[in-house]
Amino acid sequence: MALIDLANPTRFLGLTARALPWLAAATALAFALGLYLVWFAAPDDYQQGATVKIMFIHVPNAWLAMGVWTVMSIASIGTLVWRHPLADVAAKSAAPLGAAFTFLALVTGSLWGRPMWGTYWVWDARLTSVLVLFLMYLGVIALWRTVDDPSRAGRAAAILTLVGAVNLPIIKFSVDWWNTLHQPASVLRAGGPAIHPAILMPLLVMAIAFLLLFVTLHLAAMRNEILRRRVRSMWLMQAHAAQSA
Amino acid sequence: MIDLGPHAAFIIAAYLMAAIVVLGLIAWVIADHDAQRRLLADLEARGVTRRSKSETA
Repeated sequence: MALIDLANPTRFLGLTARALPWLAAATALAFALGLYLVWFAAPDDYQQGATVKIMFIHVPNAWLAMGVWTVMSIASIGTLVWRHPLADVAAKSAAPLGAAFTFLALVTGSLWGRPMWGTYWVWDARLTSVLVLFLMYLGVIALWRTVDDPSRAGRAAAILTLVGAVNLPIIKFSVDWWNTLHQPASVLRAGGPAIHPAILMPLLVMAIAFLLLFVTLHLAAMRNEILRRRVRSMWLMQAHAAQSA
Repeated sequence: MIDLGPHAAFIIAAYLMAAIVVLGLIAWVIADHDAQRRLLADLEARGVTRRSKSETA
């Protein structure tokens, strides 16, 4: 099957039906392995103690918070430039997932910050820019709900998403550009990870588990959105037929 | 029993929150799918078909 065939929603639904059970199983397996490594294999950190366990969910969610907006930005280009039939379906379906991952990054970061920094929150550049990202997710979701016509909503949301993408490098480099309480990058950095493999390995397995969770839920949410649009078009046809009669 | 040290409450709260959000997302996707399938089945039962489907037929 050529990649372009996936542009057909019916073919996409068929592919999704076949892929979802495998993806769900892979997600469950990855979480089982990751949680085993976190709770039974990973050592306590020499400074943070057992509190380092919060990092195994905070870091993957922080990565996904930015990754999902990147996916939405690519989909938005698909909407605005190529008017790809699945592009705004992909962007709309990803937004609630991205908001949830960003919310988890913020909450788990706060729960780690209280015992480690002595505060749940500081208005430093990293924390504030991630909060702005969360508010932007809510803005995109609100925009989708405000405009009734999906294609008009898709174009407006695409523009908002691409404007919001400016925040991504700000989040990434905020710890380098400004003095922040948040520590600089320790995994994705020049010179390689600065974390011991005993802690890095469970972190990467949990990151893969959350990534698989996103892919699974995103495909499932896209399938739902295609069905929702079918229901909408059938309602419109029914209303039109009733008017003509 | 795993010793979580003096900050056990924060660690447990973080994992509980993650579990609630992840399970909530899964429940939302499944419930939404069921709802859309029900609406489609209801419309089809009333004889409404999609334009593309009726054109193909």
